Amino acid sequence: MTDMSVNILLTVVVGALFASGVYLVLERSLTRILVGVLLISNGVNVLFLVASGPAGRSPLLGRNAPEDISDPLPQALVLTAIVITLGVSAFMLAMAYRSWQLNRHDDAQDDVEDALIRRRAERDEASASYDDSAGGTLDEEGSDTSDNGEDSADTGALTGNGPDSLRKGI
Amino acid sequence: MITALLPLPVVLPLFGAGLALAMGRSARAQRVVSLVVLGTTTLITAVLVAQVHTEGPLAMRVGGWPADIGISLVADRLSVLMLLVSTVVSLCVLVYSLGQGMIEYGSNTPLSVYHPTYLVLVAGVSNAFLSGDLFNLYVGFEILLVASYVLLTLGGTGARIRAGTVYVTVSLISSVIFLAAIALVYAATGTVNMAQLGGRLAELPDAVALVLQLMLLIGFAIKAAVFPLSAWLPDSYPTAPAPVTAVFAGLLTKVGIYAIIRLQTLLFPDSPLSGLLMWTALFTMIIGVLGAVAQSDIKRVLSFTLVSHIGYMVFGIALGSEAGMSSAIFYVAHHITIQTTLFLVAGLIDRLGGSTSLDHLGRLAQRAPLLAVLFFIPAMNLAGIPPFSGFLGKLGLLQAGVDDGSWLAYVLVAGGVVASLLTLYAMAKVWNRAFWQPPNAVGEPPEDPVDPVVSEPVPVAARTGAPTGATASSALEGGRPESAPGSVRTRTDLHDKPMPDTFSLTRRSRLAMTLPAAVLVVLSTALTVVAGPLFHFTDEAARDLREPSSYVETVLGEGNHE
Repeated sequence: MTDMSVNILLTVVVGALFASGVYLVLERSLTRILVGVLLISNGVNVLFLVASGPAGRSPLLGRNAPEDISDPLPQALVLTAIVITLGVSAFMLAMAYRSWQLNRHDDAQDDVEDALIRRRAERDEASASYDDSAGGTLDEEGSDTSDNGEDSADTGALTGNGPDSLRKGI
Repeated sequence: MITALLPLPVVLPLFGAGLALAMGRSARAQRVVSLVVLGTTTLITAVLVAQVHTEGPLAMRVGGWPADIGISLVADRLSVLMLLVSTVVSLCVLVYSLGQGMIEYGSNTPLSVYHPTYLVLVAGVSNAFLSGDLFNLYVGFEILLVASYVLLTLGGTGARIRAGTVYVTVSLISSVIFLAAIALVYAATGTVNMAQLGGRLAELPDAVALVLQLMLLIGFAIKAAVFPLSAWLPDSYPTAPAPVTAVFAGLLTKVGIYAIIRLQTLLFPDSPLSGLLMWTALFTMIIGVLGAVAQSDIKRVLSFTLVSHIGYMVFGIALGSEAGMSSAIFYVAHHITIQTTLFLVAGLIDRLGGSTSLDHLGRLAQRAPLLAVLFFIPAMNLAGIPPFSGFLGKLGLLQAGVDDGSWLAYVLVAGGVVASLLTLYAMAKVWNRAFWQPPNAVGEPPEDPVDPVVSEPVPVAARTGAPTGATASSALEGGRPESAPGSVRTRTDLHDKPMPDTFSLTRRSRLAMTLPAAVLVVLSTALTVVAGPLFHFTDEAARDLREPSSYVETVLGEGNHE
């Protein structure tokens, strides 16, 4: 088992699986992310096969000589990894379906609060939590309110929702 | 003989989870099972701590396979300390969640999945702490992560699904990186046993070893929420129910830190990567706490301080010295208890004030003096005010930093002090606005009138119950910038929680919620009292980590180093 050569075909397959998986994970839709994760997981599984060295006979003691069999340990590891991936995929599918039930889409959404803070920063405006007891006349308060109205509308547009559906959905 | 106890912290909760799932119809039976199982686990862990402290590391080969093929469970001082703190904390959180469950869902909780999942989470955490090989560590991570996916999206409401999408995706990526790293480690060395890896990785060419180390480090750093990889945490944690957030904040990131400690001491002792780790520690501390300062929701403030304080632990690890490592371990133990406590108290605030948004809270110190004390002590502890354990942990880290003597270590010492001060500022802000000042939005219900379902189950009485004097005084002040209805919608407000039938806390459930929080406050304060012995313990743990020969010998057997 000191043969250090690596199966180049399998290595290329690993690379291709990783590349297409990463591309899909960068999408917004949870279903595509799931497909991407599945591709990467399979890439890792193939990587384990590469790691186990050259192919050999099936690792059954008594039938094949120990020098000829392939390394059984990575196969055990891959089996475990496959089971884990199966469970997680089922959960992600359920989550994507639930998201579709609630929002009619399964996109990964931006953090609502982050979006609010970002918008405030763009307008160079103090947050409502800023305790400015010295200033704050009634006029300012009025304008503040209307700005905030815009805020929620903006956030809605950002996440692909109207403000009302945002409020209902979240 | 005593090694037979080793698998129990993993097996017992898993067994309990199955039992609780089978008893899904009876909430009472589930509660009893969870309490008995976690109580027993805590006792067993205490026995393990005593044993390991006097006799040295324990190891067990599960199923009797040789160490390089089978699964080894190993308990050294670091493992058992983490195990003890995590089981005690999860027991307290369980009691708390029982109290909250009684309120939120009535005595007959429909969420029969909570208890089994919670136990699975504890089993996963224990498995990660006890694991002696990389792949079993991965399995431990996956067990706790899958359980955490379920707990985070409990109830499947919109906000939780939104948070869960990000959380699950990020966790999956980190797991895949970790798994790919394991495959490469196996390809390079032919083993996944950590005791064997320590010797074999050192024989690899430097470049190969560095790639493996970085891959593992990135995988762990995502789980631990170290700075460039921390953005997912404040986004996803605050939406979960209070006990879930508490146990996540206490345990999950610390498992990542634990893995980084093992990586840096056992697997790659010769490649400290100090510069890289110190810079990330600095950025984690500073950027995390700046996020905390900017937030106006207690749970989000706490999530950002959680990220920030991960930086302290990474700092200790980066120093690589015995003092640094010892302080980092002490800090982990301190931070698990303190962060969990604060999130539990945030849950109490939510329960009592109807919100965790600072815009809606006020005068809580007047209405609930006990709650104020319960918040104040851990908050000061987190900020590192003497004589609390947070101060002692930070002091240890800063001393270790000064001992290191490099200019970067001095920069980190300064950064640590600044982050500590800013933490104090964030905590003082929460204290002032939630406990001290009159509420902002007096007289008008902050709920969005459009949609009563998403509004908080808050008694109007609770908010307007703040004396009418507040209205007068705020009118006198000429109107502070108030949050108009539906304007600043913080995430907590947008929760659609299960509505309690009535808001009145029964005495029993109030006790069940307050007591664990109080116990944790006492425990975290007690860490100050026992800081001497604890530091002694962590010193020895750090010494073990720097000299892993006893660990290796315990796992592989005498004279079987290779």
